[in-house]
Amino acid sequence: MAELTMIKAVTNALDLELGRDEKVLVFGEDVGRNGGVFLATEGLQEKYGNQRVFDTPLAESGIIGLANGLAMQGFRPVAEIQFFGFVFEAMDQIVGQAARTRYRTGGRFSCPIVIRSPFGGGVKTPELHADSLEGLFVQSPGIKVVVPSTPYDAKGLLISAIRDNDPVLFLEHMRLYRSLRQEVPDESYTIPLGQANVVRQGKDVTVIAYGYMVHVAQRAAEQWSKEKGVEAEVIDLRTINPIDIETIVESIKKTHRAVVVQEAQRSSGAAAEIIAQINEHAIYHLEGPVLRITPPDTVYPFGLIEDEWLPDEQQVLRGLEKVMSL
Amino acid sequence: MSTTIAADQIPHLQVLDENGKVVNSDLVPNLPDDQLRELMRRMVFTRIVDQRAIRLTRQGRLGFYAPVAGQEASMIGSEFATNKEDFILPGYRDVPQAHFHGWPLYQWILYSRGHQHGGEVPQDVNVLPPQIIIGAQYVQCTGMALAFKLRGEKRVAITYTGDGGTSQGDFYEGINFAGALHVPAVFIVQNNQFAISTPVRLQSAAETLAQKAVAAGIPGVQVDGMDVLAVYAAVKQAVDRAREGDGPTLIETQTFRYGPHTMSGDNPTRYRTKELESEWERKDPLIRFRNYLEGKGLWSEEDENRAIEEVKDTLNDALKQADSYPKMTIPGLIESMFENLPESLVRQKAEFSGEAK
Repeated sequence: MAELTMIKAVTNALDLELGRDEKVLVFGEDVGRNGGVFLATEGLQEKYGNQRVFDTPLAESGIIGLANGLAMQGFRPVAEIQFFGFVFEAMDQIVGQAARTRYRTGGRFSCPIVIRSPFGGGVKTPELHADSLEGLFVQSPGIKVVVPSTPYDAKGLLISAIRDNDPVLFLEHMRLYRSLRQEVPDESYTIPLGQANVVRQGKDVTVIAYGYMVHVAQRAAEQWSKEKGVEAEVIDLRTINPIDIETIVESIKKTHRAVVVQEAQRSSGAAAEIIAQINEHAIYHLEGPVLRITPPDTVYPFGLIEDEWLPDEQQVLRGLEKVMSL
Repeated sequence: MSTTIAADQIPHLQVLDENGKVVNSDLVPNLPDDQLRELMRRMVFTRIVDQRAIRLTRQGRLGFYAPVAGQEASMIGSEFATNKEDFILPGYRDVPQAHFHGWPLYQWILYSRGHQHGGEVPQDVNVLPPQIIIGAQYVQCTGMALAFKLRGEKRVAITYTGDGGTSQGDFYEGINFAGALHVPAVFIVQNNQFAISTPVRLQSAAETLAQKAVAAGIPGVQVDGMDVLAVYAAVKQAVDRAREGDGPTLIETQTFRYGPHTMSGDNPTRYRTKELESEWERKDPLIRFRNYLEGKGLWSEEDENRAIEEVKDTLNDALKQADSYPKMTIPGLIESMFENLPESLVRQKAEFSGEAK
């Protein structure tokens, strides 16, 4: 057991899977000798050689297309998109190709790729580095979308993603890479994809979040508890496609109120889907409407205003007050 | 001052002239008589299936179809140079190559109609169902070729696109990755002069499409795509090179499609002249190769008629098999999304089976 940051937990998961299964390959821009721009793949090329951990030319569609070809030939590629804002370049190879392979070939071929990518805001990047574009993939059939919020989860979920026989998008929030440490077992373990985690027990309202917003929600819940004695239950979704609606419904049966905290813009994303599913499965357990706490429907803004744009604890508290008053 | 790569800097291969006379005896492939006859039989088969397919489309018995007449040498000659264990990633027009590589005709018919089983390629057949997105197969081809290289297998990945496809980002990314990773791949550009209606001169200022290989650091070859022996020779050389670990090749076959882009309504008279069509018809790949074989006493009218007759039976059997294949169902479709369905899809499957919980 060691205290690891999320970035080290990712490296550890890749290391263990490269060691376990020779079909696992790790590649992308600068992932070899440099170990990735965030050092997620540090030391892996040295350990496993440049046939299994390698740099590619700088082209995202090429990287994912390469992964698709390898996967259809039985490999387990873990491809890195250096920043998630660059994913537009690879949309066809992900949504038009990888996610359709099983369907298109009636199961003759599958495409067990993992696409790892740093995403999320609050770290003052240039434009199109920090977007929260996960909603585009939540809407896409045939691909799973996983978003860990802790080092422990990152390791177990990434190992599950690599072993999954279908494409998985694995989104690592940049603000979480080095901001917290956690005890992480040395050995290999898996956390099932599609299973949410109740990270704070509470009886008064359900707060649903993923990625960095889990931490914002937890801090707001602690403050609320101290100041007002109101107890929020916080659910970390961990996977946003598919959504673990069962865990959400169980919580709402107890709290009868819910709010979703999302770092991405308001409309049509994961939060919208969560609320639609709550509507389908739990509306009679609710005492009021489910709210979304999100930034406005603008593009992800430039650095000098991003802190104001991103939801923070105060915004979550205001949202909680509002949902309790309805 | 500027310099560009000129067409005469790119090798241009031709074996037979328009009358079927050998113009380059060094390039004549060393194929036994029965294989030469097989090449002809396959080209006749392809031409007749194309004619039948056009009629079947008009009758509503086929769905999506992209005519192939004119491109037989390019298609048949290139596939003939591969081994069964080599992997072909076809574009949507490349049905003949996929078929002769093992994709059963009845599955092509189902694919054309929009039945999922069409793409369920048999286990021992090394092709993907035809790609619809122009160029997407190029980067995947590089990935498959890398798989062969990493496993130390002496296999080659072969893919196709058209003249329009060479404008796509995936085209450049595919050949550039292949060069950088030095993988056993062969990239074929069937330059049939028009991308739907857009002529190749509006597609690129490059004098040849083969020269696009130069920027990727791989060999580029242009070949007379109406000459089946030249196509075979060029692809065989590239496939052998790849198999021996000498890396990828880009091959441009200069060809022409006689018919429309697809049977979905484009009208070639709007974008090309009768003169241009006649000019290419004079280069016809079947006439040329038939003359060559007749000169060697390897093909007769009887052979031709037998090859034509054979299509009827084969195609009728395939149609019957396709007609009797079970219909798709929505639950079946849902099942094909993932190996293990998430709860949400399990519920939807029940809902669409009429067993909603």
